[in-house]
Amino acid sequence: MPEAKKRPPLIIRGVTKRFPVGDDEIEALARVDATIDAGQFACLIGASGCGKSTLLRIVAGFDEPTTGEVLSQGKQITGPGSDRGMVFQDYALFPWMTVRDNIIFGPRQRRPPKAEIDDIAAEFLKLVGLERFADRYPSQLSGGMKQRVAIARVLANNASTLLMDEPFGALDALTREQLQHELLQIWSRTGVTVIFVTHSVEEAVLLADRVLVMSAGPGRIANDITIDLPRPRDVSSPEFNAVRRDVARRLTSHLAPGRALEQASH
Amino acid sequence: MNEHVTALPEATQQSAPEAPAAPRRGTAWREKLTSIALGAGFPILLVLLWHYAVAVTGTRLIPSPRQVAVMMYDFSFGGVYDDAFSATILTHIWMSVTRVYGGFFLAAIIGIPLGLMIGRLKILRQLLDPTINVLRPIPVTAWLPLSMIFFGLGPNAAIFLVFLGAFYPILLNTIFGVRSVDPRLFEAASMLGCSGSAMFRQIVFPAALPSIFNGLRIAHGFAWILIVVGEMTGVPTGLGSVIMDGRTLSRTDLVVTGMIVIGAMGFITDRIIVMISNRVLSWSPQHHA
Repeated sequence: MPEAKKRPPLIIRGVTKRFPVGDDEIEALARVDATIDAGQFACLIGASGCGKSTLLRIVAGFDEPTTGEVLSQGKQITGPGSDRGMVFQDYALFPWMTVRDNIIFGPRQRRPPKAEIDDIAAEFLKLVGLERFADRYPSQLSGGMKQRVAIARVLANNASTLLMDEPFGALDALTREQLQHELLQIWSRTGVTVIFVTHSVEEAVLLADRVLVMSAGPGRIANDITIDLPRPRDVSSPEFNAVRRDVARRLTSHLAPGRALEQASH
Repeated sequence: MNEHVTALPEATQQSAPEAPAAPRRGTAWREKLTSIALGAGFPILLVLLWHYAVAVTGTRLIPSPRQVAVMMYDFSFGGVYDDAFSATILTHIWMSVTRVYGGFFLAAIIGIPLGLMIGRLKILRQLLDPTINVLRPIPVTAWLPLSMIFFGLGPNAAIFLVFLGAFYPILLNTIFGVRSVDPRLFEAASMLGCSGSAMFRQIVFPAALPSIFNGLRIAHGFAWILIVVGEMTGVPTGLGSVIMDGRTLSRTDLVVTGMIVIGAMGFITDRIIVMISNRVLSWSPQHHA
């Protein structure tokens, strides 16, 4: 999909969210507005409880906004749809299906001819480098491999937007680094839009075109930072460090003093 | 049933490469032999104990193991007593099997879909849950008079009683299975374009399958337990009716013979269920009975 620029952007317009808690209500999201261009890699960053996961679930269509709307491909979303694929932190693979069956689950819902299914399976197994593990069950895979399957599963379903909720949070540092690089390769090859939730400043600066810093109480977008470091990015370069420090400073300025210290040590 | 589930077994055999190294062959064999020797040794010890207890007390009310063995032989092949029970074992087993599995499969056919729907649909749960929990504690034997009125004297009453005993474990385990599925699996399926009845077939059912198999196994045990009660309803054949006849005729050797055959049938069929469930659920690391 190299013609990514021609596709309409993902628009979050006036979205708020309130949860009832007993007789009371908490405001999880104050008004959020954002436009994510097609093909853009956007990171949502913020401390726990700032509503970043809530916002992502609203974009996915799993939760409804209290007010406001989300437009994907020019249309208002009304529920989960195959244009937006979620990659969960805990994978949520179907444990009774092999890697291959997990990947072709989405396409198979439309009952295409078998040859087409086989082509899709081959293409996306190759994309995430799991050809040799096609007949394994999720319980027989490492965390990194499971997350590759989860990514392939939504891409095989032709999702134009990848929604990722701290997808690498449960992985060890080495695996995380490798998956970050693989994700960037997949992103540049397929031209998908990515909305990536994280609480790691370094991860956000490494991956994103644009970092949306969220602040809590109630959740809102406090800063919208464009990252125009050239790719591939070198995490040890002075330029990278300067940007990282800048993002971290803006992030911690929204936190209470105690939380700020804790966050800075990350 | 489900295409994904029936397609599973072949694939799993290849999981060997990264599996933990198997114990050396000799050790594995010795382990297996020890297990068999211990498992079979204990019943042999019980039979010896039974033999000496009967011999020492000199009772005539309890048959000796030897008398039971002779009865078992006559029941299987005839040629010893040549009475109404000689060489009839297959007839009785077959009649009991039709009732046990008639009731069991009826319970599964109704219990599993109903459980899937109750587990998934709140309104159905609100509608049926209190009723189920009032009916469930009623012992199956208490239904005996009513079932004879409903179905008359005959096999249908027996099937009904077995059904009642097998139904609740299947239903409750299915509901539990659906309720404990990770809700993210439903979210993942719906974002991939799966909904409605496809969701039941492709997600709800296979996800609840480990729990459903637990229910089936418990229910299957109950079904064999209830066959004696079921065949008290005045059917002329079946292992339960053989035991009832033995009681009426004061032939305890016949009673014990019937007990042993039911036990053996229950044991063998339970192993079959375990084998099937291990095969179908080979994807699930927690489920290996």
